[in-house]
Amino acid sequence: MIKQTLFSFAKIFWGITSNSHTLTPIKQKIYFANHSSHLDTITLLTSLPKNLKDVTRPVAAADYWGKNFLTRFISQNILNCVLIHRNKSESADKNPLDVVHKSLDNGFSVIIFPEGTRNYDDELKEFKPGIFHLSKKYPDIEFIPVYLNNLNRSMPKGQFIPVPLICTITFGQPLAIIEGETKENFLKRARQEVINLNPDIKKETK
Amino acid sequence: MDYILNIINGIEPRVQMILYIIFGILIVASIISGLISWKFKTEKNSDVLQNLNDRINSWWVMMLVFFTAFFLGSKAIIILFGILSFFCFREYLSIIKTKLADTKVLTTSFFIVLPLQFSFIWQEWYGMMSIFIPVYAFLILPAIAAINGQVDKFLERTSSIQWGLMLSVYCVSCVPALLLLNLKDFDNNALILVFFLIIVQISDVLQYVFGKLFGKHKIAPIVSPSKTVEGFIGGGLSAILIGGLLHWLTPFGFWYAILMSTIIVVMGFLGGLTLSAVKRSIGVKDWGNMIKGHGGVLDRMDSICFAAPIFFHITRYYFSA
Repeated sequence: MIKQTLFSFAKIFWGITSNSHTLTPIKQKIYFANHSSHLDTITLLTSLPKNLKDVTRPVAAADYWGKNFLTRFISQNILNCVLIHRNKSESADKNPLDVVHKSLDNGFSVIIFPEGTRNYDDELKEFKPGIFHLSKKYPDIEFIPVYLNNLNRSMPKGQFIPVPLICTITFGQPLAIIEGETKENFLKRARQEVINLNPDIKKETK
Repeated sequence: MDYILNIINGIEPRVQMILYIIFGILIVASIISGLISWKFKTEKNSDVLQNLNDRINSWWVMMLVFFTAFFLGSKAIIILFGILSFFCFREYLSIIKTKLADTKVLTTSFFIVLPLQFSFIWQEWYGMMSIFIPVYAFLILPAIAAINGQVDKFLERTSSIQWGLMLSVYCVSCVPALLLLNLKDFDNNALILVFFLIIVQISDVLQYVFGKLFGKHKIAPIVSPSKTVEGFIGGGLSAILIGGLLHWLTPFGFWYAILMSTIIVVMGFLGGLTLSAVKRSIGVKDWGNMIKGHGGVLDRMDSICFAAPIFFHITRYYFSA
């Protein structure tokens, strides 16, 4: 109920448009997107068709989203997030990605932000290696690049009232998994796929 | 059946008439476009036909929404235009790429300036409605930006936000402001609003149709390739004539209705042209994609933005009681 209201509100407030109808409905997916604001997870989820939305869990940082009652409530009860520990010391003895593996093994799709943290620059940060390890372990899952446009302007750091700006979400073709590719090349290619979806960059090269 | 007839008979005759005309035209348009699509559809023209169908279907939706508000009363019309204004402002700001430093200015504009402007119309406070944005908002918003301390491209940033407020909030709010007028020998102001919207929109449609059929000489090829001399003159003159024929919706009389329609048509044309120039300078074709076949809300409102304040002002000046 709260969930539905939140998604409908997001849809109207940001006039979300996306090409999510191009996604194949059956296959399990890992969405990887640029990360520019707190609104990223909710708008990305909103843009997905219902059957995909229900099986998709965003991966979020435990140090932020598990911080207090409110953020925990939003991240776990509403958005159904997988919380991971970014900080090595908190999870010294186990792989921080274990919880993500568990969700994937249970058949869920996940949303990850390989930049690792919110990014306020125009240029994408280098990707963290997590996505590479996931691709090694789950070569049969579709890796879908996603570009979220305008959200950094909608709610920049330190701002608590979001500005209603039209947000466009562009889903790309599944990333090809090349056998034996080095970590550096894979991360570079994945990052480039996301950058290529930026509608403003396309406009300039035309 | 009797019940429905009773409802129809309860509607004022002028409103009945205008409903028959508008929905009659829409039904005819839908039938014709359906027939054309069915008979002449080929690979080559399917895009054009699809766009025509989309446009007509969107007109159905727009008319149904407008007349629902119309029958709910003047408060509903004010809310409807408040929402449209919000959509226009959002489309404008999404495309002009505001800077992060302007976030406070943007939230103030969206959540304080815009609702206040429409609340003044709600309260029938004419004086404040007419100066609130040009005086208060235009002085205080740049001050907020200055307090924030970012000076990079300060003039560009503030002026483009203010131009957006002017167009999509102030100008759009002049449409429901027509309801505030106290006119000589005339009491149903909502009809003037209907008259105004019909002339602006029919002028747009007829200029498009005449342009497609006879258009040869482009008026401003760089700014807007779709505007032609033939389209403007043919469409404009027909819209003005329709305005004369619809004078019974207004306190104007035939010749004054012709004059007012001329002003609406010319201003509407200038609005379309000027906003095309803005779109060109940014490098986009449409403001958005909310209305299927038409583009964004602002694409449909551009002529209204320019015509409304002038129409409002002249009507108030010459026809007030």
